[in-house]
Amino acid sequence: MMRPAILAAFLVLFAQASLAQTRPDALADPKLEARAVELQKELRCLVCQGQSLDTSDAPLAADLRHFIRVRIAHGETDDQIKQELVARYGDVILMEPPLDPQTYLLWFGPFLVLILCGSVVAVVVARARNRSRHQN
Amino acid sequence: MTGEIGQLALCLALALALVQAGAGLWGARADTGAALDLSRQVARMSAFGFFAFIALAFGALTFGFVTSDFSILTVAENSHTLKPLIYKISGVWGNHEGSMLLWVLVLAIYSALMAIAVRGGARLTSAALGVEGLLAAAFVLFILFTSDPFRRLDPMPFQGAGLNPLLQDPGLAMHPPMLYLGYVGLSATFAYAAAALITQETGSHWARAARPFMLVAWIALTLGITLGSWWAYYVLGWGGFWFWDPVENAALMPWLVATALIHSTLATERTGAFRSWTLLLAIAAFSLSLVGTFLVRSGVLASVHSFANDPERGEYILVLLGLAIGGALALFAWRAPGIEEGTSFEPASRETLLLLNNVFLTAAAATVFLGTLYPLLLDALTGTRISVGPPYFAVTFAPIFIALLLLVPFGPRLAWRKGDLLGSLKLLAPGAGLALLAAIVIFAIQAPHAVAAAGAFALAGWLIGASVVDFRERWKSRAIGVQSFASVLAHAGLGVTLLGIAGTTLWRSEALDVLAPGQSLQVAAYQLRFDGVAPREGPNYFADRATLDVMRNGRQIATITPEKRSYPAEGQAITDTSIRTNGFSDLYVALGDDRGGGRWTVRAYFNPLAPFIWFGGAIMALGGLASLWGRLRPNALRAAPAE
Repeated sequence: MMRPAILAAFLVLFAQASLAQTRPDALADPKLEARAVELQKELRCLVCQGQSLDTSDAPLAADLRHFIRVRIAHGETDDQIKQELVARYGDVILMEPPLDPQTYLLWFGPFLVLILCGSVVAVVVARARNRSRHQN
Repeated sequence: MTGEIGQLALCLALALALVQAGAGLWGARADTGAALDLSRQVARMSAFGFFAFIALAFGALTFGFVTSDFSILTVAENSHTLKPLIYKISGVWGNHEGSMLLWVLVLAIYSALMAIAVRGGARLTSAALGVEGLLAAAFVLFILFTSDPFRRLDPMPFQGAGLNPLLQDPGLAMHPPMLYLGYVGLSATFAYAAAALITQETGSHWARAARPFMLVAWIALTLGITLGSWWAYYVLGWGGFWFWDPVENAALMPWLVATALIHSTLATERTGAFRSWTLLLAIAAFSLSLVGTFLVRSGVLASVHSFANDPERGEYILVLLGLAIGGALALFAWRAPGIEEGTSFEPASRETLLLLNNVFLTAAAATVFLGTLYPLLLDALTGTRISVGPPYFAVTFAPIFIALLLLVPFGPRLAWRKGDLLGSLKLLAPGAGLALLAAIVIFAIQAPHAVAAAGAFALAGWLIGASVVDFRERWKSRAIGVQSFASVLAHAGLGVTLLGIAGTTLWRSEALDVLAPGQSLQVAAYQLRFDGVAPREGPNYFADRATLDVMRNGRQIATITPEKRSYPAEGQAITDTSIRTNGFSDLYVALGDDRGGGRWTVRAYFNPLAPFIWFGGAIMALGGLASLWGRLRPNALRAAPAE
């Protein structure tokens, strides 16, 4: 069980946790800025390996972050901005791969394996139970 | 001269590996006890000799690095006289050639340990040494033909090119040897599994013989992944700890399958259950190690790990991969129909839980496999380029793994063959209570992202609470030994890591700003006052060191000094982050660009519970160590079955 001292430590910890974020190029409206930050986390930096636009130090990433803010300020939706970027750079810029016939195996494969293995195990367990009941 | 000694040692080692393979496999088919004994002895002696010569070659290369012998190409390309001694030594494996030599050295150590091990019976040991010898020969050939570490350079340069500064780090000096200890340890498990198929001794003998090796491999993989993640966290400068980067995935896949393997072996070892499945897992675990090696070493992926891109190397590893995996699977397909599977157990039993563990871990490994290889294959086949990033794994890997974690506490509570489901639920009530309490606390204090946080904390509470129950139950039963703590520690470690992941991802605060001296930046409850940047000189780099006073409630509590270092020899610059931790949370500060006029970009993060991620990994490894300890006691060795 959790002791009071540990509980107190956790309380201190949560009290500190705020979600503030400041950037030199931030949009004035915090709601729009939050959208921009969310969006740049979903897009990949194209020149560095495995980082999102959010964390990359590359100049191209900085340009694209600026691009996102300009478009948001123009009133475009997240989807419109993504579509523009996909048209220019291809699906590779999306952190989340699109769902289309080419990626069905990628998206459904894990659950296919799960169902397949699960069925085999169901059969194995059923047989083991029959043997177990037979013996008794 | 040392270079030639190293090269000669490699050639002699190759010859011995071939003798080991021939004698070992011949022994497996020998008709008489005397012939079996002789060939097994020859294979054992060759394994010791192989180790000696590989150690000599490795020593020769290390000597070249320590003495900065730039007439050796590998040394000239990856070392520098001004580098501190520790990085001269770690530079040996900070490049492709040397790291393959390290791989073979680890293989030689395992090979020698297999020759010393007494378990498993003469015929099985002989066959296993034979298979390990084949692998050893293939890798030494790979080194000699495509990755000669001792190639000479004429004329000899006056100075070396240095080591990638990202690799000049104590964490990274330890990470590759640890990971290789894991990857290659699975080769021993693979060898025993293949030997069991060859000799048709597929009962519990091979599992008992292979168990210590798979535990060592699993511990090393756990620590290797933990170290790698920690390194990425403090070196890459933005506070992330896992990127679903293909190279990380290459280590995660064998870990997932090895975890499945150490669980299914529990049943095979004890009752001879799930024989074919455990054999298949042993083959799969090492196959994924080879896939990982291929991905990292072939240059298919560009990353800090792929030192040089050379298609010839990739092709060689691909052929090796095909032969090893294809050969083992063919052997399995040939022998599997003859394997007797006749265990009986009730649905509510430990056997069922172990099978479920394997189902979820296999699906999790398949997810990582798809996510890593699918983009490569799609690009190669259709030219379509996609990225598989964290959002993909969040909706595939995460639910599968969460389902697994929910089931974890039941495993140790259900008895073999026939367990008591209702009784186990009653016993686990304190775990459920702790889970509920954790969720209530999260909602009560209105933590950010309360729903996700409550779920994660409840799951962690369930795991940790159940581990406490596990400990109590084992303590009450008379048969208490160090190995009893294996599941207690390993499962609690999962809960601790989960807390760290949840805290860091859900509650991190982030601040980024351009600061002039005297200005400050607010992150969470801390105020960082920027005092400016001063130059500093390191042994082989120049640094710009920023000084920031950490203030809390208007009082200064610490000073932190993040740096930007530039390495003139290598012509590269890196950020050296400054992290202040209290064991519960990290204050993480990185220095960005010089914006002129004494103004600098400063990036700061507050990462609640971040240290738990790595504590959890260490606790899991301790659990593995406890299981290993129990198996290496003197009487455990004496209890080894004769053939």
